Amino acid sequence: MSDSSAHVEVRDVRFRRGERLIYDGLNVSFPRGRITAIMGPSGTGKTTLLRMIGGQLKADSGEVLVNGGDVGRMSRNELLALRRDKMGMLFQTSGLFTDLSVFENVAFPLRVHTDLPEAMIRDLVLMKLEAVGLRGARDLFPAELSGGMVRRVALARSIAMDPELIMYDEPFTGLDPISMGMILRLIKGLNEALGLTSLLVSHDVEESCQIADFLCIVSGGKVIGFGTPDELRNGDNAEVRQFLNGDPDGPVPFHYPADDYRQDLLTGVK
Amino acid sequence: MVSQIRSLGRYGVESIQSIGRAGMLFAQSVTWGGPGSAGFRDLIRQIYSVGVRSLSIIIVAGFFVGMVLALQGYNILVKFGSVSALGTMVSLTLLRELGPVMAALLFAGRAGSALTAEIGLMKATEQLSAMEMMGVDPLKRVVTPRLWAGVISVPVLALLFSTVGIWGGAFVAVDLLGLYDGAYWSNMANTVTFYEDVVKGLIKASVFGLVVTWIAVYQGYDSAPTSEGIGKATTQTVVISSLAVLGLDFVLTAVMLGGV
Ligand SMILES: Nc1ncnc2c1ncn2[C@@H]1O[C@H](COP(=O)(O)OP(=O)(O)O)[C@@H](O)[C@H]1O
Ligand SMILES: [Mg+2]
Repeated sequence: MSDSSAHVEVRDVRFRRGERLIYDGLNVSFPRGRITAIMGPSGTGKTTLLRMIGGQLKADSGEVLVNGGDVGRMSRNELLALRRDKMGMLFQTSGLFTDLSVFENVAFPLRVHTDLPEAMIRDLVLMKLEAVGLRGARDLFPAELSGGMVRRVALARSIAMDPELIMYDEPFTGLDPISMGMILRLIKGLNEALGLTSLLVSHDVEESCQIADFLCIVSGGKVIGFGTPDELRNGDNAEVRQFLNGDPDGPVPFHYPADDYRQDLLTGVK
Repeated sequence: MVSQIRSLGRYGVESIQSIGRAGMLFAQSVTWGGPGSAGFRDLIRQIYSVGVRSLSIIIVAGFFVGMVLALQGYNILVKFGSVSALGTMVSLTLLRELGPVMAALLFAGRAGSALTAEIGLMKATEQLSAMEMMGVDPLKRVVTPRLWAGVISVPVLALLFSTVGIWGGAFVAVDLLGLYDGAYWSNMANTVTFYEDVVKGLIKASVFGLVVTWIAVYQGYDSAPTSEGIGKATTQTVVISSLAVLGLDFVLTAVMLGGV
């Protein structure tokens, strides 16, 4: 799986949260210029994985390489520079600045990181907003936007500095079908037009399969399946198939581990 | 018994860890500069939001505290026939003690809790994470200007509190109780010294401002990113910083008077 066209490579990563081992020897590489959908049950650590790639969380052991550089070993300033120039991330709750207008939100990275004249910033911001269809909403504040619009503004902001890698954390959650379709098209469009390496965490199997080049199924701290949607659907891993088909019971049990049901009802103690 | 000892031990360890994290936050946010660091305008904006917006409560509280001081002082001093010392008593009490302490306590309630809630909410809504992922250090961008705004604002508020309080005292003493106004003001002018009373009071107030704001930004930055976590952090800010102000007041007073 390790090839030279990998943009992000995760090697033997272990990560612990308190008592719980979230990743135990995770190995995966994400190809450059492609959309890879990362899927898995809630709470397996998909957000954690994105945050490790972004350097916000450090692996307990192992390496997370972005463009060949180990994110875990970078200094604070190297990390900030990497994120500024090379990475964008769309958070689950979007993380728009509530005290700034839509325009100022998108202008934020440009104002902070460049000395561009105001006219140029204006043009760049309007271009990004036009790309997500919200040029007309530039004077609104985040509180005045619908869920789908919030995501689109956040998307415009995360591509303001023209990153090479963009990570989306559950961008479809809580959206109506139309907004969902828009985001889907935007993710695909950005990937095609700019060649952005895109990592997409999502639970929506159908939608993700439509646009993803590869699927990466994570469960129990490991990658249990990596490949194109067709490969995985027709593959011989029962757990992967259960996940992709949404079967309620299978290798991943419906029941949380518990004592014998009948015994439990009869004992009468809590 | 064992479990109680264990939880006591855990509480101790957690407290020490928390103090360590607060120290690191301070070390990283006390200086300006770095990628995306806040500028002078951010400082001004924060001084406005924590300082200027605390003016009304400081002025009203200062006036009433001054009035009460004069009323109580008059009734005590009149027994010894020394009401002419009233101006001195009111002004020294305010400049040395009540101005810095009351301003800091009011600041903790009015601005400290708001700072904690603001930063906690920015964390819970992933605004701070988003900032990090845009290559901006939230400590430098968000925490630094707020910390300094507190350090700058509290001494000014304390001085204002004392000034208004002295006027409030004069209002009661001169206008209501009929004290000769020359006695109130000129005795004050003769006894209050700039360095011993005003400057030392301001030094105290600066330390209080630093401590209260530090506690407030730390509580916000370290809060659990849930509504419950933010509520708890806000309460903690007010409780811890109030106690810290009162405790530090004793220490600083003892050091400055050189009596202990
Ligand atoms: N700040 C945290 N403190 C402790 N545990 C956490 C924290 N954040 C996440 N976790 C735990 O880590 C696990 C993985 O979380 P996450 O990466 O958010 O999962 P996913 O995004 O796949 O739903 C979860 O079981 C969660 O309970
Ligand atoms: Mg998640």
